[in-house]
Amino acid sequence: MGKRILIVDDEPNIVTSLEYLMKREGFEVQVAVDGEAGLKAAAGSAPDLVLLDLMLPKMNGFEVCERLRADPRSRGMKIVMLTAKGRQADTARGMAAGADLYVTKPFSTRELVAQVKQLLSAPG
Amino acid sequence: MLQGWVIVLVAFAYLGVLFAVAYYGDKRAEAGRSIIANPYIYALSLAVYCSTWTFYGSVGRAASTGIGFLPIYLGPTLMVALWWFVMRKIIRISKAYRITSIADFIANRYGKSQILGGLVTVIAVLGVVPYISLQLKAISASFTILRNYPNVLMPVHATGQSFANNNALYLALLLAAFTILFGTRHLDATERHEGMVAAIAFESVVKLLAFLAVGAFVTFGVYRGFGHIFQLAQQERRLQPLMTVPETSGSYASWGSLILLSMLSIVTLPRQFQISVVENVDEDHLRKAIWLFPLYLFLINIFVLPIALGGLMLFGPGVDADTFVLTLPMAQQQKAIAVFAFVGGLSAGTGMVIVETIALSTMVCNDLVMPVLLRWKSLRLNERPDLSRLVLLIRRCAITVVLMLGYIHFRVAGEAYALVATGLISFAAVAQFAPAIFGSIYWRGGTHAGAIAGLSGGFAVWAYTLLLPSFAKSGWLPGSFLTAGPMGISLLKPQELFGLTGMDEISHCLFWSMLVNVGLHVGVSLLGRQNANETEQATLFVDVFRRTPALERSAFWRASASVDDLLPLIGRFLGPDRARELFIAYARRRGADSLEELSADADLVAFAENQLAGAIGGSSARVMIASIVQQQPPGIDEVMNILDEASQVRAYSRQLELKSRELEEATRELRAANKQLQELDRMKDDFVSTVTHELRTPLTSIRAFSEILLDDPEIRLPDRKRFLATIVKETQRLTRLINQVLELAKIESGSAEWHTTELDVKDVVRESVETTSQLFRENRIELQTAVDGELLPAVRADRDRLMQVLINLLSNAVHVCRPGEGRVEIRLGVSRGFLQVDVRDNGPGIGPADQETVFEKFRQVGDTLTGKPHGTGLGLPISRRIIEHFGGRLWVESDLGAGATFSFTLPLERPAAGAGETVAQVTG
Repeated sequence: MGKRILIVDDEPNIVTSLEYLMKREGFEVQVAVDGEAGLKAAAGSAPDLVLLDLMLPKMNGFEVCERLRADPRSRGMKIVMLTAKGRQADTARGMAAGADLYVTKPFSTRELVAQVKQLLSAPG
Repeated sequence: MLQGWVIVLVAFAYLGVLFAVAYYGDKRAEAGRSIIANPYIYALSLAVYCSTWTFYGSVGRAASTGIGFLPIYLGPTLMVALWWFVMRKIIRISKAYRITSIADFIANRYGKSQILGGLVTVIAVLGVVPYISLQLKAISASFTILRNYPNVLMPVHATGQSFANNNALYLALLLAAFTILFGTRHLDATERHEGMVAAIAFESVVKLLAFLAVGAFVTFGVYRGFGHIFQLAQQERRLQPLMTVPETSGSYASWGSLILLSMLSIVTLPRQFQISVVENVDEDHLRKAIWLFPLYLFLINIFVLPIALGGLMLFGPGVDADTFVLTLPMAQQQKAIAVFAFVGGLSAGTGMVIVETIALSTMVCNDLVMPVLLRWKSLRLNERPDLSRLVLLIRRCAITVVLMLGYIHFRVAGEAYALVATGLISFAAVAQFAPAIFGSIYWRGGTHAGAIAGLSGGFAVWAYTLLLPSFAKSGWLPGSFLTAGPMGISLLKPQELFGLTGMDEISHCLFWSMLVNVGLHVGVSLLGRQNANETEQATLFVDVFRRTPALERSAFWRASASVDDLLPLIGRFLGPDRARELFIAYARRRGADSLEELSADADLVAFAENQLAGAIGGSSARVMIASIVQQQPPGIDEVMNILDEASQVRAYSRQLELKSRELEEATRELRAANKQLQELDRMKDDFVSTVTHELRTPLTSIRAFSEILLDDPEIRLPDRKRFLATIVKETQRLTRLINQVLELAKIESGSAEWHTTELDVKDVVRESVETTSQLFRENRIELQTAVDGELLPAVRADRDRLMQVLINLLSNAVHVCRPGEGRVEIRLGVSRGFLQVDVRDNGPGIGPADQETVFEKFRQVGDTLTGKPHGTGLGLPISRRIIEHFGGRLWVESDLGAGATFSFTLPLERPAAGAGETVAQVTG
């Protein structure tokens, strides 16, 4: 059974590119365009991994991440934070919120795919 | 009969013993084994307070006023209780600055003022001369009375005898010689006279024993104890009032003023200052003196009433009560006790005269004569190799002159007053020093001018209310001066000044003189300013306990002089050998092995000044040192220079104070500016972070799609097309963003170019509509334009930038409207001197909370819309800045769900007539 990936981002072009990349690798892809929708989607379909933007309408990525980690059902979910905010402090806060990985935009597509695969093959 | 030569022999024998004691004391001091370095000697020497006034006069006063003699001893008893606080401070100050007299003390405090020193000296001499004459009178009278032993004859009745007229002169000359031997044998840096102090302590013992002997004889020999005397006195009606305080209000007032007067005098009498301050060896001696001295006063007073009552009961009215101490033993044929009483009176008188004249001669020499001589350039005193002989000569002359003045006073005015009254006049004179002295140790604010004004004023009042009346009573002035006032002006009656009655003459004088003295001292001080020199001295005096005991530094000297210059100078006054010793000791303290190694700094100069001050007084020492330091003969100009320099220092310090206040102000401003800068820095940081974020977002898409296309050549054509179109669009977005950031930066920094011309807004609107028509068509949105009125006035603006604003508003309107349903309306109108343009849409509207937010950088309000808002988030902030640049306003009005209206205004060009009016107003 293919792994499921949830993309939460409000930038349509980025969503398109991520969707294309993940589908090409054989993952099942679901999309949400704001923080609240992202949480709802995560609760509903229980994806294996979330690609989470930081600057989201309605609820920012940090909060989405913290809430996912707080919920026992989604605690084991892999979370990759994708953000255009590259300051040291932002990275630290992202890791503190419970992300497995913090990727700064613009990212290398190859690296991102490789990191997602590695996260999904790891136990737990 | 008792032969005159016997009495003279006894007197000389006594003086010989006294001199032996003094000589022994000096020898021991030279050997370094001082006999006066113990608190008992110190306390006994303080009893120089008890002169013949006490020895003979107390009984006289008791015979007329009963216990009215007591206040003169209660005052000192009270004052001595405060000495640990008051006298210790005065001693500490005097030791630190080698103060030689009360004049030196006051002059030192108020800026080392020679004028003040001279003034104090003059007051002291004038005030104390009657007191000295009183001693001469008492001693010569006692001699005359004793000569008639066993007949009790008053000297007044014996004026026919020529010797009576002359023996006071011989006595004065004898005492002058004796005092010269005691006090001016050599000149010392500390101006201390150990031998004299020893002799004075010895005298205190003698007079106490003599008085106790007479008292005991009268009480227990003539009568049968205290009880017996008082019992007998009680039976005589005329003696009863002596044993109670008279019940008139005035008597309590006069008790109070006498106590106050004697409290002040125990500090301000020149001889008391000499003994208690200048001759003090160790300030710890005060601890014992505080109770020993009152004990002495108690003992010497214990037999006063019995002797007075006994005399009154035994003698008729013909015998002066002032002589009871001597005449009672005489009448009882007790030759030995009578002679002892004579010796006691002699010791009381000589003790007072010696110390008083030494103190006065020091003042006259250091504060009156030397300053004048030193300023007298033609004398070339500063070039004389040895001045110590001159100083001693001046002092010896001063001693002789003071005693002669005393004699003259005795001859001229001596008979007018009783012992006690004369003494009180002197007390009142020297009490005038009290405000200056107490002010000097407790009040930093007192000024030189204040001290001079207070002293002069107080002294003038004293002279007017006590001295002139005493002249009037002696017949030198018409009696009407007292009874009707000068020139018949009764308000100015010297002993009822301004109608003040009901007081005795002493209380009256004390009241007015202290009122004037303290009032002028404080008033003039508060009105004036201290110069730097006074400020320095004031601090040194008031804060003496806060400083280190080794006080040889003065901030006054900023110049320096070498040992080669200073040593000969000090040597001229103290003798070369003694000066050399002192300098070597100083060098050792400073850690130098020899005089040559001693550094020629301000400390050394201050040290030399201090040594000299001990010999010739503070003010003269300063002038002498100044002459060396400046390598010039001293003169008034040089002294003025020093003072100028001091006032310059003061001016600098005032400037410094001003600068430091400015500095504080600047610091506060800088702190505020720094805070603002930090805030700006934070804002800039946020801005950069936001711009970065906005740049990264399109870059992310561009990179992702480029890599996808690069990695996968087999990609389907529609996808390929779609991805490439996205890359192009994002590149455009990136370019737009960069342009707008730069533009905003330009506008904000004020470096943007503006091509402002007069233009018709209708044309600009038309052009903007044409430019965006494609956009409206694509989104199927209706656009309408309405103009209120036919002719719109022109405005001044930059055509391209105004179009940029309009296009921004129109494209924003397109993007918030639903395609196919949107309606946008542009309205132009004029209101209150402004042209107004409204762009109205029927989109979702903007909530009240966001109506200002939309004008902030990167704050797009897209949350209420579906999907990502269009644009960079800089369009509206830039538009607002452009409109504001033209002097207009850009804002939005909206209700959620009912569309939004963005409006801006532009100021209208002033009509030509209006411009003319303005010009007319200006020129009119």
